[in-house]
Amino acid sequence: MAAHSKNSAYRTPLGRARGLGSAKSGVGRFIGERVTSVALVFLVIWAVGSALTLARGGYDGALHWLGSPVNAVLLLLLLVVGFYHMQVGMTVIIEDYIGKPVTKALLLIANAFACWCGMALTVVCVLKVALIGGGS
Amino acid sequence: MALASPGARERPLSPHILIWRWHVTMAMSIFTRVTGGALYAGIFLLAGWALALVSGRQAYDMYMGLLGSIPGKVVLFGFTLAVFLHLGGGLRHLIWDLGKGYAKGEASASAWAAMIFSIVASVAVWVIAAVTGAL
Repeated sequence: MAAHSKNSAYRTPLGRARGLGSAKSGVGRFIGERVTSVALVFLVIWAVGSALTLARGGYDGALHWLGSPVNAVLLLLLLVVGFYHMQVGMTVIIEDYIGKPVTKALLLIANAFACWCGMALTVVCVLKVALIGGGS
Repeated sequence: MALASPGARERPLSPHILIWRWHVTMAMSIFTRVTGGALYAGIFLLAGWALALVSGRQAYDMYMGLLGSIPGKVVLFGFTLAVFLHLGGGLRHLIWDLGKGYAKGEASASAWAAMIFSIVASVAVWVIAAVTGAL
């Protein structure tokens, strides 16, 4: 550990941290990961069942399925909650393994872009079909 | 913090991951993270579905044909397995967050349970798909 001042070599890490308070941020993300995982337990089980229905129905079946408000709402929730959970999870992985600050920042930005683009794209597609119907 | 004097004997290093014997809690921890990464890619299959659906009948039939092909089914089975493994791993984390399940035997048992659950649930879903004509 480099000695920045005469004193710092003699101060323990705990002594330096004492009095500074909490890390100020991060708890919200931790809790968000847990809350979204609780929601996803139910949403994912519903999604697996829905996939079985959709696999049988073809295009008309899918339009009919998404025409139900319950299905549309649950699918939108799955997408929004799922992409958020994805972003937080991948953030943890990037922060765990990537030490270089610039690489880490670029990956975190790419992660945010991928998740938010995926969320926006899928939500618009689902809303269009749910509200207006299929075909173009 | 005492500074090491020259010639002092080397301090022992903490055990490195590569010399650890594999145990089930470690395997399940790794599986949970790896399947999280796999689902990150897998959700874009769902995004493709939404895009195909909004693009019309022809695009939708083509996309579903792609998913229904043999390679598509292999990928989808892997997706199913990843979903249930990550679900099992996530449930273990939620139990730990309640302060329970940390005992050595309990942690190993829940790791085995999560892995067995993921295989049983995946096979069950695909059997149901086959029986109901969804394949």
